[in-house]
Amino acid sequence: MSAPFSRAAAIVGIGATEFSKQSGRSELSLAVESTLAALDDAGLSVHDVDGTSTFTMETNPENMLARALGIDELVFFSRVGFGGGGGCGSVMHAAMAVASGLADVVVCYRAFNERSGRRFGQGPPPDKVAVTTENEYRSWVNPHGLLTPAQQTAMVAQRYLHDYGATTEDFGRVSVLSRKHAANNPNAWFYGQPITLEEHQASRWIAEPLRLLDCCQETDGGQAIVVTTLDRARDLRQTPAVISAAAQGIGPDQHTMVSYYREDIAHFPEVSAVARRMWEQSGLGPKDIDAAVLYDHFTPYVLTQLEDFGFCGRGEAAGYIAEGNLELDGTLPTNTHGGQLGEGYLHGMNGIAEGVRLIRGTSPNQPAGVENVLVTSGAGVPTSALVLST
Amino acid sequence: MMTVSGRRPKPFILEYTRFWWDGVAEGRLLIQRCADCGTLRHPPAPSCAACQSLRWDAIESAGIGTVYSFVVSHHPEAPGFEYPLVVLLVELDEGIRLVAGTDLRRDEVAIGDRVRVDWLRDEDGAQLPYFRRLEEEGGR
Repeated sequence: MSAPFSRAAAIVGIGATEFSKQSGRSELSLAVESTLAALDDAGLSVHDVDGTSTFTMETNPENMLARALGIDELVFFSRVGFGGGGGCGSVMHAAMAVASGLADVVVCYRAFNERSGRRFGQGPPPDKVAVTTENEYRSWVNPHGLLTPAQQTAMVAQRYLHDYGATTEDFGRVSVLSRKHAANNPNAWFYGQPITLEEHQASRWIAEPLRLLDCCQETDGGQAIVVTTLDRARDLRQTPAVISAAAQGIGPDQHTMVSYYREDIAHFPEVSAVARRMWEQSGLGPKDIDAAVLYDHFTPYVLTQLEDFGFCGRGEAAGYIAEGNLELDGTLPTNTHGGQLGEGYLHGMNGIAEGVRLIRGTSPNQPAGVENVLVTSGAGVPTSALVLST
Repeated sequence: MMTVSGRRPKPFILEYTRFWWDGVAEGRLLIQRCADCGTLRHPPAPSCAACQSLRWDAIESAGIGTVYSFVVSHHPEAPGFEYPLVVLLVELDEGIRLVAGTDLRRDEVAIGDRVRVDWLRDEDGAQLPYFRRLEEEGGR
């Protein structure tokens, strides 16, 4: 069964700045440059844009971006919360807007100096945590020293290892794969720098069971995505990446990064909900997906996503990866751009761009015969995902 | 009772979590309970997710539980803590879980370890639960 939403909209343009550790310019500059690049890629101009979609964490407000670019008017602007869980959601909002006729051309953007500016990996700014329900989860973990995303993820990862008899080498294989793909991607920070499993195992502990090489990068950069209707997309320059499914997900007893109170903490019911809804929308299933971009803030969550999206059973991801399924000649080539471990950490927006390249056939590591690509946003927080198709 | 640096992040309190922190200040580990269906919940919330009742009371935990998971944190180091820092996710025998510190060291902690609550206080008087090995049952 296909819903009316399925295949109504498409991604027609992608554009990014360089991925660096110190951009040397404002976050607004990064948003401007990536938006212009994405519009140029689509063959559109700022005068075609009438909508935007971004993250609640984005520091560049819609009006300031529109003002800087000379956008005539915005009649739709939307934001999605929960950090890295929101990237695909922002594209879903854009697709809803154009599919319903509320807007014609929507730019999704994310731009930050996450490495040279405020680094998420340093934890919350001291004494700057607002006493709100949004931050309540911090009150249960921060006073005990559980402050950073890596530390908060490690609690889930430790239990995953315990429940399924996996090892940190199983996490490491995700990192090795991403760095292999990044090594062949000239736009990746770690271009030309593959790693071995031994190097992963020798990297220093960040928060056991996570090592340095289990953690994504911190990156300065901007990424923009242009969405319009499939009808209009057919007349534009690029092969459209058709949005055949999109969903957001919040599961039972969900917290931000610290959903520790559920019966099973090593799986994410919100991810399963997103998967179920997307398969219903598109009539597709895991066997129809030819490549995947799985949000890799931390390697263990690539394993849980493989299980929660149904590519393998619970506890089977380690074997699934070790058998080579995520390689370019495997059943599910994954993170072909190098992921956020290898290319850069743009809150997953760069992964959506890679999904588009896979549909166009222009990935730096292009597998053969790609018709449907799964792109996900961050697990561990309220999340979202897309299926892009030819 | 153990005293720790006042440079650690302070607990903060919302209206609907105040009873829990009041309990902690008195050295009592409370668990919110639905006054209609009896379901226990932590962290607290204004309503019961099982039956939507707004009525609640609280029970006092015996403070004994099992290590459900743990983290050994190395980097970055935050002010007021000593590293490697072990943080536990404890499943209390009453059935709810909570995050807390511990005096168990990196090489002596494992999932399944039996622990009991104790209390620590920072130099400014803020009190928090933390967990020691439960020796009576032999521990690990």
